[in-house]
Amino acid sequence: MVQLSLPRGSKPTKGKVHKAPKGAKNVKTYRVYRYDPEVDADPRWDEYQVSADDHGPMLLDALIHIKSTIDPTLTFRRSCREGICGSCSMNIDGRNTLACTKGWEECQSSTIAIAPLPHQPVVKDLVTDLSLFYAQYDSIKPYLQSDEPDPEKERRQSPADREKLDGLYECILCACCSTSCPSYWWNQTEYLGPAALLQSYRWIADSRDDKTQERLDDLEDPFKLYRCHTIMNCAQVCPKGLNPAKAIAETKKLMVAPGRRKQAA
Amino acid sequence: MSNASPGAPLDTSNDPTGDQTGRFVIQPNGRPRPLSPHLQVWRFHATMTGSILNRMAAGALSVGSVFFVAWLAAAAFGPEAYATFSGLMGSPVGLLIWFGITLAAAYHLTAGVRHLIWDAGSSLSPKAATSLTWLSLWGALVIAVGFWAILFATGKVTL
Repeated sequence: MVQLSLPRGSKPTKGKVHKAPKGAKNVKTYRVYRYDPEVDADPRWDEYQVSADDHGPMLLDALIHIKSTIDPTLTFRRSCREGICGSCSMNIDGRNTLACTKGWEECQSSTIAIAPLPHQPVVKDLVTDLSLFYAQYDSIKPYLQSDEPDPEKERRQSPADREKLDGLYECILCACCSTSCPSYWWNQTEYLGPAALLQSYRWIADSRDDKTQERLDDLEDPFKLYRCHTIMNCAQVCPKGLNPAKAIAETKKLMVAPGRRKQAA
Repeated sequence: MSNASPGAPLDTSNDPTGDQTGRFVIQPNGRPRPLSPHLQVWRFHATMTGSILNRMAAGALSVGSVFFVAWLAAAAFGPEAYATFSGLMGSPVGLLIWFGITLAAAYHLTAGVRHLIWDAGSSLSPKAATSLTWLSLWGALVIAVGFWAILFATGKVTL
């Protein structure tokens, strides 16, 4: 359901301002979304003025610096700090990205807003509940389904067929794309979202998988696939440079391709 | 809300999104989990704006069709009704309405062509998609302004 404004109790209020010490140089202002599930209060925007000389080049460096020197209660997920685990996905400077690969010098605004992934339930501060996102990934059966008996060694694939998986297998499931998509914002319980659909196409495009038609059958639904209206937010934000919109367009083409046959239910 | 126990699944009447997935559980503070900001924090870009404008153009066209039907109805009611209608809709305000309808129709057309290209599987890289969107926006403006420029130049419409 389209709901343009935030519901009651979700609207962030003005929070605390942590001023930079006098004489600090190269001061950046980070405006961070805060919510504490233990305290009976609305979410708030806290401001941290920090000298960028005191921390590393990435937004994750800034967050860790704030947590260790100013405010230990600041909560966020992070792990690998090199863009492969997908834990520190959040909304920075108005776009979803990974805090560990986004440099503060790349941000357009002088006050850098840092918010949790959009239109999700907030667990605490920058941590959102992604259980639905994972359930949607699970629903597309993200594993090889082959009619062939198990081979002695690996399943062979030609280099040309293997190349078809480039731009698909690199997805780290950080949820930046799905939570950037307005269609997903309004219909996330019915629409699978760009990440799950890119992952689905990753198996549809795999020459070793034999359940292509069944996978398409599962997506042939007014919402699951066709809520994609090519708004392109997914491709605009993917921190790995992948293109879910393209994968979805290819899936839609296969839906109406000659030779497409619906399997008996 | 405050008497619910922590961790209890949320009564869907209290669910801020009505999404019924049980993710908006009551927290220790007695409140359901808040919904994170979306449109409020998003920095807009061409393709998203183009998509919204296409929806608005579609909405404007359904309102515009009322004027179109009124025009046909006026013709059906006879010369007097038709004269009244063309007098009203030929006024500067009326012409502005017609221009708005033309612009909405032109953008709905160019955006439709853009979708046709995308659905064929091409121009889907962020850069190409952005250029295509700008092209459809400027193209619509050129078509609408050009159409009215011709109408004025040929003397079919005067202010």
